[in-house]
Amino acid sequence: MSELSVNHLLGIKYLQKEDIELIFQTADHFKEVINRPIKKVPSLRDITIANLFFENSTRTRLSFELAEKRLSADVINFSAASSSVKKGETLIDTVSNILSMKVDMVVMRHPNPGAGIFLSRHVNASIVNAGDGAHEHPTQALLDSYSIREKLGGVEGKKVVIVGDILHSRVALSNIFALKLQGAQVKVCGPKTLIPKYIESLGVEVEPNLRKALEWCDVANMLRVQNERMDISYFPSTREYIQLFGLNKAMLDSLSKKIVIMHPGPINRGVEITSDVADSDQAIILDQVQNGVAVRMAVIYLLASKIKQ
Amino acid sequence: MGQKVLLNSKEVNIILHRLACQLIENHTNFENSVLIGIQPRGIYLAERISKILEEEYHLQKIKLGALDITFYRDDFRRSDKPLEANKTKIDFIVEDKRVVFIDDVLYTGRSIRAALTAIQSFGRPKDIELLTLIDRRFSRHLPIQPDYNGRQVDSINEEKVKVHWKENEGEDAVYVINK
Repeated sequence: MSELSVNHLLGIKYLQKEDIELIFQTADHFKEVINRPIKKVPSLRDITIANLFFENSTRTRLSFELAEKRLSADVINFSAASSSVKKGETLIDTVSNILSMKVDMVVMRHPNPGAGIFLSRHVNASIVNAGDGAHEHPTQALLDSYSIREKLGGVEGKKVVIVGDILHSRVALSNIFALKLQGAQVKVCGPKTLIPKYIESLGVEVEPNLRKALEWCDVANMLRVQNERMDISYFPSTREYIQLFGLNKAMLDSLSKKIVIMHPGPINRGVEITSDVADSDQAIILDQVQNGVAVRMAVIYLLASKIKQ
Repeated sequence: MGQKVLLNSKEVNIILHRLACQLIENHTNFENSVLIGIQPRGIYLAERISKILEEEYHLQKIKLGALDITFYRDDFRRSDKPLEANKTKIDFIVEDKRVVFIDDVLYTGRSIRAALTAIQSFGRPKDIELLTLIDRRFSRHLPIQPDYNGRQVDSINEEKVKVHWKENEGEDAVYVINK
């Protein structure tokens, strides 16, 4: 396969296994490109991309912007805090206004689940979902799988545990879809209040004990507790959370095998993982960030190649 | 669909040796020269030439790389079928080196135009030359000509020139195919 089956990247849910393989093969080429003395290719010089961030982001926004610039696309940035959205403009109006300035692709982060899907039905541009509420964050899941593939040689058959706030995490949902699609085994681990009720229907097992989960897995993806999305208290105290679900060096070293530690960032050091775990040689957190640029270049390149002139 | 043999295995072999000798004339011991095969089809020719130089003319350590030009092509979003990338493998610096691009068929010259842009990502070469097995003359879109040339052929646009290699297709031969 040399073409994606979709015209937008709205979620992993809409992708086929072959799409993920194509994205990874293309990302391999871009990873070589971004390690050259001159890290730029001219492919997308006639494409304009708008980055619309209706929610705060540092890493994802920078990563997308860098990916777009390394492909030579023209980039415009927009953040909701300093825009007419505050004056009451609707999403379609905002985007239509931007598109009338001849924009080919929109990368959007939005606090409402499904915002990207809604937009893709109403505007004529390629949409990349950079996170929509607690729904999906497809490029993060792709770069996580890509990092596992790079570190362990493949994703199929690997055992991955996702630890922490599964309920509010778009990273968890996209990762579950991506890992299952590629044939990995997935467990989730966290306080019962932060595990969605019907999680088993996704083919995922729940393991309430962190040590058991870590003994089972090849890779542990440690998620952040998303306090900003919590309307009520889901666990008694941060101290209790750390004791039950925080990963420290002593526990990591006491495991019977060396597992890979991942984190989508931003890290709350001392909560979900301690500093010495985050900085240990088992953590591939900074590799994830570097791979993020290559994977996003691949996604944008492949989607742009479907925009006909 | 008819096809005729342009070069047979014996003729390909003679031409490869001639091209290797012409390279030696200009580059002597290849101390400051690098060979770059253009992906996807140029790498077979580049590997062959480099093998002849090393095994039959006893030149040591020929620097050989592969350059993929997909992301530098001028027909992105214009061609009907999607462009597929190949591996770039250049594990040396081309800064101040004498670069020889190697490709099997020179047709419109657009691939070489893309390669000229792509190689700049690896430094500023001293000079760049072009070696091709087949030169389809009179079909150029750009002012690009080979420095070393196996065989010139007059073919119309409807025809396709296909180079077969022992490693890949089981024989060394060049065919002209009528579509």
